[in-house]
Amino acid sequence: MQSWFPENVSTYGGDVDSIFWFIFYIVTIWFFITEGLILYFIFRYRRKPGRSAVYATGDTWSQLAWVLAPIAIVVVLDVLIDMRGADVWAKVKGQRPPAEIVVRGVGKQFNWEFVYPGPDGKFGSEDDLATDNELHVPVGKVIHVLLSSKDVIHSFFLPHFRLKQDAVPGRQIPVWFEATRTGEFEIPCAELCGFGHSGMNGKVLVHSPEDFQKWINEKWPTQ
Amino acid sequence: MADPIMLESSEPMNKEITRHELSFVRRYLFSTDHKVIAKQYLTLSLFWAVIGAATAYLIRWQIAHPDTEAFGWGYIEPQVYNSLVTMHGTIMVFFVAMPLLLSVFGNFLIPLMIGAKDMAFPKLNALSFWIFLLSSLVLFVSFFVPGGAAAAGWTGYPPLSAKNEYTGGSYGMDLWLLSLALEFASFLLGGINFLTTTMNMRAPGLTWFRLPVIVWMQLTAAVIFMLSVGPLVAGAILLLMDRNLGTTFYLADGGGDPLLWQHLFWFFGHPEVYVLLLPGVGIILEVIAVFARKPVFAFRPIIYATIVAGFLSFIVWAHHQYISGMDPRLAMPFSITTIIISVPFALIIFSIIATLWGSNMSLKSPMLFALGTLGVFIFGGLTGIFNGSAPVDIYIHDTYFVVAHFHYTLFSNVFFGGFAGIYFWFPKMFGRMMNETLGKIHFWLTFLFFNGVFIPMHLVGLRGMMRRIANPMQYEFLKPIEPLNMFITMMAILLILSQLVFVINFFWSLMRGQVAEDNPWQSNTLEWTTSSPPPHENFDTTPAVYRWPYDYSLPDAPADWLPQNNSDPSANAAER
Repeated sequence: MQSWFPENVSTYGGDVDSIFWFIFYIVTIWFFITEGLILYFIFRYRRKPGRSAVYATGDTWSQLAWVLAPIAIVVVLDVLIDMRGADVWAKVKGQRPPAEIVVRGVGKQFNWEFVYPGPDGKFGSEDDLATDNELHVPVGKVIHVLLSSKDVIHSFFLPHFRLKQDAVPGRQIPVWFEATRTGEFEIPCAELCGFGHSGMNGKVLVHSPEDFQKWINEKWPTQ
Repeated sequence: MADPIMLESSEPMNKEITRHELSFVRRYLFSTDHKVIAKQYLTLSLFWAVIGAATAYLIRWQIAHPDTEAFGWGYIEPQVYNSLVTMHGTIMVFFVAMPLLLSVFGNFLIPLMIGAKDMAFPKLNALSFWIFLLSSLVLFVSFFVPGGAAAAGWTGYPPLSAKNEYTGGSYGMDLWLLSLALEFASFLLGGINFLTTTMNMRAPGLTWFRLPVIVWMQLTAAVIFMLSVGPLVAGAILLLMDRNLGTTFYLADGGGDPLLWQHLFWFFGHPEVYVLLLPGVGIILEVIAVFARKPVFAFRPIIYATIVAGFLSFIVWAHHQYISGMDPRLAMPFSITTIIISVPFALIIFSIIATLWGSNMSLKSPMLFALGTLGVFIFGGLTGIFNGSAPVDIYIHDTYFVVAHFHYTLFSNVFFGGFAGIYFWFPKMFGRMMNETLGKIHFWLTFLFFNGVFIPMHLVGLRGMMRRIANPMQYEFLKPIEPLNMFITMMAILLILSQLVFVINFFWSLMRGQVAEDNPWQSNTLEWTTSSPPPHENFDTTPAVYRWPYDYSLPDAPADWLPQNNSDPSANAAER
């Protein structure tokens, strides 16, 4: 079923997916145990003349153990899920590796605007370049996107990168990713943002290092 | 606090002899009888369920056949689509689930189950219904005002909801906030009544641990609601001020913070999940005990677990906000509390399954719906683990996976659980039995089509389809899911149509159903010791209680059930 997910093209997407599958196997087993027991009991204990039910109240520890033992297993599994999850969470959202390229991503009804600092590396200077709905990045580099919003809350969603982060007015929220292959991938908005929410969609264009250099030369020709 | 015994004895002793026929208006419209008020709530919540289903139909039509004319409506504009999505959530949570699970069953059952004549404050009870009706009217009117109904999602996140120019709704948004504030006032009054009544008006011998588990669940839900709703009402007033008075509590350019609303909303919103869940669990526990002919397994641990879960529900809210822009370091503490809260619910679910073990089970329609609730809810509980995991949430947040998940938890409780309750207590409410064959058909169609809608919806979500988008075909990566979306829509239409079986059964049984005995299910709780339907003031004489409610299949007892007012000392009631 992994092939049902959008193809993963980020360095950490595999970690997110692996937690998904880890949980998937655990809950699938629980699903069959619990629903199987219910179905078995329904068939096994259907009403028959002359049968009487067992008067079991669960007041003694020995009876209650039937409920407490599986709960203990639930707790152990929960802790496992959380511990493995904490590592992945820290990798995606916690410490970001040092940026090789920094871009501003600004949500506005109903576009993503991306701002490149230009050769001087500073935002707000004359050589800044703003693009609408197009995020050009090189493959294999750590990209930081500083997310903000001009109007309402938008959500920066890169399904192929397993990355999502709300862009909130009044805040600048950094996210990072590193692409593992070249290509074009969509950037839908995942938070209801008005009548144009559906169709608010940008594109991340992952270039080979050479192509990215070409794009830079084209945009800042004096270099 | 006044002595309940004194209160009762201070009334004229011959009251039921002087009982006189009230006019239709006094009896059914301006009644203070808790049973009539419960029926008023039932009528209104079923009305809203029809509107809610209609919104669901239009949403599904648009997703499957974007920008075509929906049958019976026409072209759905994007702004109207956002209103439909918003109103579907608002209606189903606040105007179907809450009145149905809390007000209908709480109002009808609490006085009957504790052997009281009515609520502690009957007029307050009527007032709470009338405020709810007013709130319903305000919401209904909001469909027709200029700019249409609110369109900022049922969570109403500012800044979208804070300024008209952002198109989250104009007058509709104000009316939405007003109607919610009114509704919360109404449910606060209801909750006060539930608590006061149960504390003070229990029949002699009805100790706290002889209360049926559904009463415990209703009370816990009322307390959770009372303690969590304050911040949201305050938040709603701040939002109204931002909208109309030029304040900037949620607007960043004026120094406010949009995330403030999210914290206030979810501080209420997550406990609200348990406000809806607990009464549903209470219903199915009562039904399962009766039809399994077994005591509720681990009765006291279930009650303790309910109270613990109530407390914990106040410290899990930020798991709705992992990717909202709050400090990412907060994700782990909230993951941990979210995991801890799974423990009391695991206890409750495992205890229900244990109740089925060694039973003597009959599968009448209330039991089918109760088992359906259990089976469907477990599925929803398990998919919740994906959402609770912060890293997985990065990908599935705001996708249809979440939508599918909460329909598994809420639909199971509200509709499967609600139907279980209606089929079960219908004879007590209306004095007639519902048709069993139609009930079974209704269950199987609902069960089949419900899963037909929501299992594929998980897949749609895993593909990445975002919530609240009107047209998935605008996205390249969502192209493969088109046939799946069409299938879901077909199933959803069939799910809605199959509810006609219930409507027919309901009205047919109301008029022509077989006349019900006092205790058709051979149940132990006090409501079955009076006539069906119970008279005004419920009991001819206040019942005395000698045992807990779950003495089913007690060894050496004369029958496999022993009503709570059975004083037979030969049937050993142990310490209960």
